[in-house]
Amino acid sequence: MTLPLSIDLLMLAALFWLLLGVAGLVLAPRRPGVSKPVFLLGAAIGVLVGVTALAFLGSGPETAVLLIGLPDLPFHLRLDNLSAVFALLLGFAAAGISLYAAGYFHLGGESPPGTLGLAYHLFLASMLMVLLADDAYAFMVAWELMALSSYFLVTTDHKIPEIRQAGFLYLLMAHVGAISLLLCFGVLQGGEVGNMNGYTFGSMRQAQMTPFWSSVAFLLALFGFGAKAGLVPMHVWLPEAHPAAPSPVSALMSGIMLKTAIYGLLRVTFGLLNIQLAWWGTLTLALGLITALYGVIFAAVQSDMKRLLAWSSIENIGIILAGFGLSVIFTADGKGGLAALAMTATLYHAINHAFFKGLLFVGTGSVLHATGTRLMGGLGGLIRFMPWTAWLTLVGVLAIAGLPPLNGFVSEWLLLQAFLFTPGLHQNYLNMVIPIAAATVALAAALAAYVMVKFYGVIFLGQPRDPSLVKAREAGWLQRLGMLWLAAGCVLLGLVPALVVDEIAPAVKQLTGQVLVTQGNWLLLAPVNADRASYAPLIFFVVVLAVLGLVFFAVRRLYHGRVRRADPWDCGYPEQTARMQDSAEGFGQPIRQVFETFMRVERETPDPFERKPQYQGASLDQIWFLVYQPIARMVDWLSAQVGRIQHGRIQWYLIYSFATLIFLLVWTR
Amino acid sequence: MSAGILLQIAQTLLAILLAPLLLGWTNQCRAWLQGRGAPPITQPYRNLRRLFHKDAVIAHNASPLFRFAPYMKFACMALAAGIVPMIANDLPFSPAADAIALVGVFALARVFLALAAMDIGTAFGSLGARREMLVAFLAEPALLMVFFTASLISQSTALPQIVATLAHKEFAIYPSLAFAGVAFWMVSVAENARIPVDNPTTHLELTMIHEAMILEYSARHLALIEWAVALKLFTYSALGIALFLPWGIAPAGNYGALPLALLALFAKLAVGGFALAFLEAINAKVRLFRVPEFLGTAFLLAVLGMLVHFLLEA
Repeated sequence: MTLPLSIDLLMLAALFWLLLGVAGLVLAPRRPGVSKPVFLLGAAIGVLVGVTALAFLGSGPETAVLLIGLPDLPFHLRLDNLSAVFALLLGFAAAGISLYAAGYFHLGGESPPGTLGLAYHLFLASMLMVLLADDAYAFMVAWELMALSSYFLVTTDHKIPEIRQAGFLYLLMAHVGAISLLLCFGVLQGGEVGNMNGYTFGSMRQAQMTPFWSSVAFLLALFGFGAKAGLVPMHVWLPEAHPAAPSPVSALMSGIMLKTAIYGLLRVTFGLLNIQLAWWGTLTLALGLITALYGVIFAAVQSDMKRLLAWSSIENIGIILAGFGLSVIFTADGKGGLAALAMTATLYHAINHAFFKGLLFVGTGSVLHATGTRLMGGLGGLIRFMPWTAWLTLVGVLAIAGLPPLNGFVSEWLLLQAFLFTPGLHQNYLNMVIPIAAATVALAAALAAYVMVKFYGVIFLGQPRDPSLVKAREAGWLQRLGMLWLAAGCVLLGLVPALVVDEIAPAVKQLTGQVLVTQGNWLLLAPVNADRASYAPLIFFVVVLAVLGLVFFAVRRLYHGRVRRADPWDCGYPEQTARMQDSAEGFGQPIRQVFETFMRVERETPDPFERKPQYQGASLDQIWFLVYQPIARMVDWLSAQVGRIQHGRIQWYLIYSFATLIFLLVWTR
Repeated sequence: MSAGILLQIAQTLLAILLAPLLLGWTNQCRAWLQGRGAPPITQPYRNLRRLFHKDAVIAHNASPLFRFAPYMKFACMALAAGIVPMIANDLPFSPAADAIALVGVFALARVFLALAAMDIGTAFGSLGARREMLVAFLAEPALLMVFFTASLISQSTALPQIVATLAHKEFAIYPSLAFAGVAFWMVSVAENARIPVDNPTTHLELTMIHEAMILEYSARHLALIEWAVALKLFTYSALGIALFLPWGIAPAGNYGALPLALLALFAKLAVGGFALAFLEAINAKVRLFRVPEFLGTAFLLAVLGMLVHFLLEA
């Protein structure tokens, strides 16, 4: 008996996910408790997907043809190292999130758990199919299924008008992006009429295209995938849709779905196009850096915890795309080794983000469940009532803030190394751009730490801003287990980076033709050689622990451990209340003041004579007002113009048909 | 190798033990410059001893994070002191963390202290945390850019490698390092909470940054924080010396040069401490919202340093 191929296992996994969803839907009305085992099985399939991808990495591509779809147009599937890296991310991150969801959705909500389970597992299966698709047709079908199933997940609480609106915006942006992707595949197909296999990625790889048409295809792909990933200025749906969805779904969307867009961009740029031009890289680098900075600045001024995380996702996507852009620049310049370094940083950050953002989103889910509010102004001090959630979230916070020895630091370190090792490029202007780009990445990373201190400090630390918070209950054991899984991922990815870099090396080699040398030393990460730069987080971690232990022991041994509890110092003013702590707005105020030019700040300050003074302030996205509102007005105006010929009178419509007929008869004679 | 490890431990211990002395020396110089009687140079040690002997007083609602943060801060600073080449250049621990990781270590300590400051939930704590993070978000990238300039010259982010390159090349003048040097000075003033960004001796709510964060700490926790602050100043001074005045640091394997290196370090630190006190004496603390401008200038200078490197030296 031969072992089943990895691709077969992955297809089976997608099928099982679908079946699970259907089973949940069928069984749920009679057995409401069935959603728990359904999600648990879903988590197990996630582990299977991750392990399969892990085992596959490093082997040659496998293909399969599925005889579904239209006649003569079967689905082509292919698993190669690039797909496998993203399948790895999908499988392991989804396992943790599903584990959490098993505890979370069990508690009931607005939507019946059956429908929700179906959409959830359809979402997972379609994301896996996006990674496996090897023709434009299968890709677009999976892509649209992904968009639709996530739309239904976003609008789970569809009775709230804001959520319906957020869902609509999401669906709209998803389809604008999808049209662009369709056009992109059309260009890639090469315009050959009558070639029945032109739609497969295999024939697109063979096609020889001029630089002009390649650039057109790249720009269409950048727009289409950028709209999905949240690239500025196509990011507007993200801060609306992510907070609207239930927390495990936000975790899936932010942690995994955004990465499928990164996957698509990598697939088109490095897989389907035969040339890479330097200016594509410069463009993506610039857009990525703008996205990163814009995202993190807006994250700093949010007061809704999930919206804050959504903006932070925009920032991380920006960093990933900056790494991608850098990699394109190096590839175009013929510097394969550096391109490999930048690509490793890109893929590494994509994996990292899936884990820490997944962790943070499910953490907010527990908080939301325990307290019923997403607004940070009504939270505080939860570390005392929900210690598990708080301490596990702390891991995610430290990781996303890019602090050693956790995983966020590793990918940022690799990316900064890629900037640093730039020896003269051929284009002189690029040599000027690189240091400024490095400075921007550093600035975004430092601001991320600000955002995360705000996020964690306002929600989990301090005194409860609302008296009812004392009754907040800790998350159930399944939810804790899910968070523990994701937190363990953050720690492991941070402590053994050399092993991870070795694992993703085949994908990097496939994309850039080169790999990083890790010199076989799993403790030490040294991308070029140890004299130039090295980082050994495990040693680092052990030394920190040792020093901590020594200091603690010495202080206790030489002195004493006496502690007295007292009221906090009240500065001579005894009427201190919890409301005197920094609110979320207050903590973000310096950033708002420094970067006020980027945002539209609307303030409503009270009149001095008002009896019940109210203060309101909102920092709104300028791009919405500068780009989207004019477009919306133009569409409104156009449809009003078109509406003029629409009278509702049958005679006029008959005349239109008649005129059209005459016109066609004359024209096509 | 084992000699190297001994040297590593010796250097770290030396830094930990001598750090309060540098603080005492700076305070003494400042007192002289301000024309008042100076406290003895060992005053910081006495303060630490006094604090360690006291009973810790902790707010009722303090979480374990609050009690953990001082140890974390101290451990991070000890680690940082171990990475920076002070007297010798072969530190077996240095491959574990390079210049970028050093910035990460400082950030780790800062984030823990800022979180601990918010833990009690007084107005001052969160005010301090917010201001500290405001200072950090510009100081940290500026520091990173200073390191980048140095590592572009030496083609390495490993600190011993940077020092070796800068100290043992012929006496070349790098214009980029001049920019970086000024930026480093500004950043280190901000990071160590000195005038004109912060004033370590004030407890006035309008101005304090670092002191507001540690207002709730007492006894051994406060002692650890104070010690870590002294250690941070020491490490930053040593870092400045290593980057901009590296002459005298013993090269790898040359143990005969150690006594001289030690003397050179003391001399440079004494001069550096005096310079710090002098600049503090002639400056006034700036308003809080001028701090981003101050640090923005530092950031810009550091980026300019990098650009100058690409323009003139590449």
